[in-house]
Amino acid sequence: MENKEQLEKQQRERRDFLSCLGSAIACGAATMAANAASPAAAAATAGGAVPAIPNFDWNKHQWAFGVDAEKCIGCLRCVEACKRENNVSPDAHHFRTWVERYVTLEGEEKARIDSQADPVNIEASGGEGQYRFANRYKDAKVEKAFFVPKLCNHCTNPACVQVCPTGATYKTEDGVVVIDHTYCIGCQYCVQACPYGARFFNEEKGVTDKCTWCYHRITKGLQPACVEVCPVGARIFGDRNDKQSVISQFIQNHRVQVLRPETGNAPNVFYVGIDKDVS
Amino acid sequence: MDALFHASPFTGYVYPNETVIPWTVLIVVYPYLTGLVAGAFTISSLYQVFGFTQLRPVAHFALLVSLCCMLTVPIPLLLHLGHAERAFNAMITPHTTSAFAVFGYAAGFYILLLILETWFVFRPHIVQQSQQQTGIMRWFYSILSLGSDDLSEKAMSYDRKWLFTLAIIGIPGAHGLHGYVGFVFGSLKSREWWSSDLMPVIFLLSAIISGTAFVIVLYVLSCKLRKVSIDEACMKVMAYALWGFMMFTLLIEGVEFLSLVYRGREGIDVILEFVTGPLIIPFFILQFGVGSVLPLAIITFLIWSGTSGKALVVGITGSAILVLLAVLMMRYNVVIGGQEISKTSKGLLAYHPPIFGREGLLAAGIVLLIPLILLSVLVRLFTPWHDAPQAA
Repeated sequence: MENKEQLEKQQRERRDFLSCLGSAIACGAATMAANAASPAAAAATAGGAVPAIPNFDWNKHQWAFGVDAEKCIGCLRCVEACKRENNVSPDAHHFRTWVERYVTLEGEEKARIDSQADPVNIEASGGEGQYRFANRYKDAKVEKAFFVPKLCNHCTNPACVQVCPTGATYKTEDGVVVIDHTYCIGCQYCVQACPYGARFFNEEKGVTDKCTWCYHRITKGLQPACVEVCPVGARIFGDRNDKQSVISQFIQNHRVQVLRPETGNAPNVFYVGIDKDVS
Repeated sequence: MDALFHASPFTGYVYPNETVIPWTVLIVVYPYLTGLVAGAFTISSLYQVFGFTQLRPVAHFALLVSLCCMLTVPIPLLLHLGHAERAFNAMITPHTTSAFAVFGYAAGFYILLLILETWFVFRPHIVQQSQQQTGIMRWFYSILSLGSDDLSEKAMSYDRKWLFTLAIIGIPGAHGLHGYVGFVFGSLKSREWWSSDLMPVIFLLSAIISGTAFVIVLYVLSCKLRKVSIDEACMKVMAYALWGFMMFTLLIEGVEFLSLVYRGREGIDVILEFVTGPLIIPFFILQFGVGSVLPLAIITFLIWSGTSGKALVVGITGSAILVLLAVLMMRYNVVIGGQEISKTSKGLLAYHPPIFGREGLLAAGIVLLIPLILLSVLVRLFTPWHDAPQAA
């Protein structure tokens, strides 16, 4: 983890970047009147303006994320790292990423599901700012159990971007759905539209919030915080434009799935090792 | 101290971020108000455009009711926004793919239309007052007359043409505005409870019945306050309108619910658990039973038995009050209910609205009182009554 000064500098840079981008979008949106009301058209909102990030050209990248659920051990370091890196409120109701546990007991048809935000797990961890899965099935006969990390899917046709009335949330050219916190009016229509529950309202700032794949990090050649801290390599991130990148290899070498493909959102988080109960 | 957020308890599995319900009672009030606007405007249009002369006693009053509700509509939305000061961003740079971006323009257009129609309707009154009043009120009416004090038959005929045109434009305007509110909910594919092509139609029909019921209640109340007799023929026509639109509303709502259950897509078991559990009282008893079937039965009986006099007035007014309750419950069950069914299709949330705070019941109640306060001022400035000459 960086020290406080570096963190502040990063945040400042991020703010400058978003502010610059926000102005560009504001101007761009006026010329968008001819856009058809489709998610695909909405996704193209960011077209044109290139943000001034040193040594970074968003036209040269196409980011994607992989989750290997076979590897996840539910340690929740990713959740903690994300909360710290992105200053997410430490309570049990605001998460940019979370981990779900699926447990099928002998004789049961459906999996029992919980996340670190479940009251039982919070009690076991000692508080809302601590993240741990309680050993609640230790006396049960478990037939099958696995963990599934969740985060924003940075969809190709994001429903959240489609419904945003101001264009404050938009998709960057390199495939990341971000929010301009200086332009968001806080109506929460995007929170409603996301079928994955990936968005939440930041009550302190009065705007919506979500995972950005740590855009402030990836544009500097770093990995998202959750990927960085994962001890088992269950989270994979990279550039699909680079055919040799870990994410390109991950997608090429596995039969990957996306969540809720029927929505037409076309997610860009690719899963391996999930089961029928996962959505 | 007002808590920053209000988390709801849940059963089953819900996404962690879902525990804070995004749209609260203020967003229940918003479609309720737009519904009253559309419904009251319908009553006004039935007189202005379709020649239902029995509605003359309430036609101009209904227009004022519609205007007062419409002026209040933006308030719950602005109260709800995290950054109300940025609300105009949606109009300055409307995101053309958003169903919500058009609201500012649609509402602005409709408010202008209502103001214009109100001005034409009350122009003779304004001109008369500008000549009769003295002091500041004379100034007030003189300014309002916009220098147009010609009340000749030629001028009035010109006004009538404008009124007719505005009322005709207003019909798709008012109903489009409210149908569009239904679209805001119905077009979201993330929530099975909302995602329905029938949602705009249901919103629209329930809007018409709520507005009609509102005009009935306010008309009866105004007659009592002004100590004038209630026009029975007028009440009967409004009761017929209420009855007819209620039948359609119930049918469409029934079809919508039936197809939701019959389709039986993923998550239907949780929806049924919700409907047969937490929704028993708000949906089946209050919205459907007490608020819809009972008033429908009462009005049917009144029409069938040819009741007249005080019994007719009491019966229709009582039914109208129940309908107002039913539509409020319908808005609540749609807006809050939709969010109580988790997007996971595997869990339910239980939202208990706080009483105090910006998103509390008290704030929502005050917002609902604003149109009444506005109306009590406007009926004094622009007398909308066309009572029988025996007024006390």
